[in-house]
Amino acid sequence: MRYAILLMGAPYSDQASHSALRFAHAVLARGHRLEAVFFYHEGVHNAARLAAPPQDEPHLVDGWARLAAEHGVALQVCIAAALRRGLLDEREAARHGKQGSSVAAPFELSGLGQLIDLSTRCDRLITFGP
Amino acid sequence: MQARPDPHDLLVILRHGPHGSSWLKEGLDAALVAAAFGQRVALLFMGEGVTALVRDQQVGPLGQKGTAPTLEMLAMYDIETLLVDAPSLAQFGLSPEALMLEVTCVSSEALPALLAGQRQVLTF
Repeated sequence: MRYAILLMGAPYSDQASHSALRFAHAVLARGHRLEAVFFYHEGVHNAARLAAPPQDEPHLVDGWARLAAEHGVALQVCIAAALRRGLLDEREAARHGKQGSSVAAPFELSGLGQLIDLSTRCDRLITFGP
Repeated sequence: MQARPDPHDLLVILRHGPHGSSWLKEGLDAALVAAAFGQRVALLFMGEGVTALVRDQQVGPLGQKGTAPTLEMLAMYDIETLLVDAPSLAQFGLSPEALMLEVTCVSSEALPALLAGQRQVLTF
């Protein structure tokens, strides 16, 4: 089956991000295809390039990046939800006159239309939230 | 409401009030974008979400835009199926007549079949 994940919980604030990442690996281990993870609401904080959790805790941001590198999973971040929460890639940082950026590849800023596209294109869209 | 094939592509369930968090606003944004992409969208207001429909809501004092203007635009996006969980409405002491838009009440008994008949559900 073709899966997609909608993640709406902030990392380290609640269980949603941990569960979503574990679910992603479980889906892949079962031989399914995971098309994308769409980050919306507070889930956009999962794309924070500068996240620096203690070393004895799972690094969620790196975990998502590894998922993308190893399995070709697209990491799409809702741009409207991201910008107002201070999550900008280089292009948006330049556009808004900000020094530095807080989102980098493989995360990509994208629109809600991508979420709707995933919901129609995939067999299952699974939501994780607080 | 009878259990029958639902004509909608997407049901968006709204469970948060217009103030206090951005859940309602971001849920409505998703519904509007889906409709703009040609999806047939229905909304179900549950729990605190029913307070979104209370008439004469003010905006500004809380530093938030409010959601009433968005609700007024739903018809423009052809989002015309507005469902309200009847027990939630009663819990807040509201009647359908007290709401800013025309809604269809859904009983507890009808809810499982309504949800089971959906192709896609997003909950906010």
